[in-house]
Amino acid sequence: MTLATAKTRSGKKPRSGEGASGGGKRRERVIDRGAWFLVLPALIPILVLSVGPLLYGIVLAFTDAQSGRTEPTQWIGTLNFQDLYHDTLFWESFRIGLLWAVGVTVPQFVLALGLALLLNQRLRFRWLARAVAIVPWAMPEVVVGIMWRLVYNADAGILNETIRDFGLGDGRDWLTGLATALPAVIVVGIWAGMPQTTVALLAGLQNTPDELHEAAALDGAGAWRRFRTVTWPALKPVALAITALNFIWNFNSFALVYVLTSGGPGGRTRLPMLFAYEEAFRYGQFGYAAAMGCVMVAVISVLLAVYLVGRLKSGDEK
Amino acid sequence: MSLRTSRPARAGQYLALLCYLVFLAFPFVWLISTAFKPARELGSLHPTWIPDSPTLENLRQAFDEQPLLRAAGNSLTVALSAALIAVVIATPMAYVMARQRSRLATAATGWVVVSQAFPFVLVIIPLFLMLKNLHLINSLLGLIMVYVVWSLPFALWMLVGYVRAVPAELEEAAAVDGAGRLRTLVSVTAPLLAPGIVATAMFAFITAWNEFFFALVLLKSPEKQTLPVILTHFLGAEGVADLGPLAAAAFLATIPSLVIFAIIQRRITGGMLAGAVKT
Repeated sequence: MTLATAKTRSGKKPRSGEGASGGGKRRERVIDRGAWFLVLPALIPILVLSVGPLLYGIVLAFTDAQSGRTEPTQWIGTLNFQDLYHDTLFWESFRIGLLWAVGVTVPQFVLALGLALLLNQRLRFRWLARAVAIVPWAMPEVVVGIMWRLVYNADAGILNETIRDFGLGDGRDWLTGLATALPAVIVVGIWAGMPQTTVALLAGLQNTPDELHEAAALDGAGAWRRFRTVTWPALKPVALAITALNFIWNFNSFALVYVLTSGGPGGRTRLPMLFAYEEAFRYGQFGYAAAMGCVMVAVISVLLAVYLVGRLKSGDEK
Repeated sequence: MSLRTSRPARAGQYLALLCYLVFLAFPFVWLISTAFKPARELGSLHPTWIPDSPTLENLRQAFDEQPLLRAAGNSLTVALSAALIAVVIATPMAYVMARQRSRLATAATGWVVVSQAFPFVLVIIPLFLMLKNLHLINSLLGLIMVYVVWSLPFALWMLVGYVRAVPAELEEAAAVDGAGRLRTLVSVTAPLLAPGIVATAMFAFITAWNEFFFALVLLKSPEKQTLPVILTHFLGAEGVADLGPLAAAAFLATIPSLVIFAIIQRRITGGMLAGAVKT
């Protein structure tokens, strides 16, 4: 895989170079004519079932489309967006979505980094830890949700039993308590996404040449100094990418929380996706839900762009 | 890594590793424990880690309560078809993306990156309407189509990595020997790619086997629903669940993915690495 990485990196340079020097030469061929038949079988479904719906979705946001209605759908301009602007419930769910996304992404990154650093060491039982650390990845999200409901269960759950065992009180109804529901689902989110983050970071760590570590150690650098001066700079691109992706994934997540709390209690865990799902498929407000989708995508894109540009700039200065 | 680590530091590392293991393993252990507990023990005020008298009663009851077998059959149909179709159409495209530096390949790569963060809300409503017009709501065929496209980005991602790992020189040699493009692809590249293609198909299978959101929206009648959707029926309307059968069914639904994952774990890790670094 390092091979693949190296090739993409070196592959990028000539690409931009060609664009600049391509004046006299024949234009970069779009694709070998004989290769079209290789691309079309995948390209057509992608265009029809993914790019198409995306554009259609944006159009729907400007209509009053509803399910099961007989009158034709009308173009209503930005009315959905105006309604959305005044919809306090939506903004509340948006706030919860951001809380959840940050609440999952940040601790998960820290925990996964720790685990990746450990798994990169020559420790006994490392294989066991690797195997166990990957399990959440293989599990259906629905099962993860069910599993944690069993853990959190007020009477028969292991969490409350442990709390009672340690004499820390009687425990509580974690998923239905107004104050505890969101933190409780955030813990599940952290758990569920650990493998991908850990694996990505571990992969990044293994790209760091050992010699650098050894040289730093010979110079008398302690563990923290070595991490800061050798490991972290090499890891940064991977860390940045995985954090950005995790943030979006989390913001868009659905199944886990749907199974855990269905958005309750009192909307305390109603993520934007749950809100939009209900709006579309329970109340049939297709146009309105599509508008929600547009707002979610727009805000996430802007946040990410700001973040990525900021990080790239700070990276260039060094 | 051959750095000397002091003994207390080593001990600390093992302790930390143990904490991680406990955190990552305990919910799963609890799920299994609950799945094999008789009703009497589940009602006990002091739940235990290991069932006193393990039973398969929950499993039997789970099959009585919900059409698990049919749901598993549906899941299998959908996941197998989606995985096969996905690799069959993704492999040639991945090949072009890996071998040709063309604008299309660049665009495709860009799309793969963007789709990692695909806004499902914005896609599901139009998809629902489109499939409804084609009378493919509540049909496994409709879901298969959605899953194919849905698993394409990661399939392409993994496959591009595998193609790049096959030296282009081999193909050039075949071309010099007079083999046409298709000939080269089939007789030289494909055999070397086979393990990667199998791993990709398995990954696509797991993704489809585990998927919930599209299945929830697109499949209405219980006869058509896939395993994850049927599992949520155990939760009941008010979230009051029969814990034993619920746990048993949930555990059962995980086994196929766990087995496949155990087989291809290393390869996925590799694909993920390429993906993460490239973004």
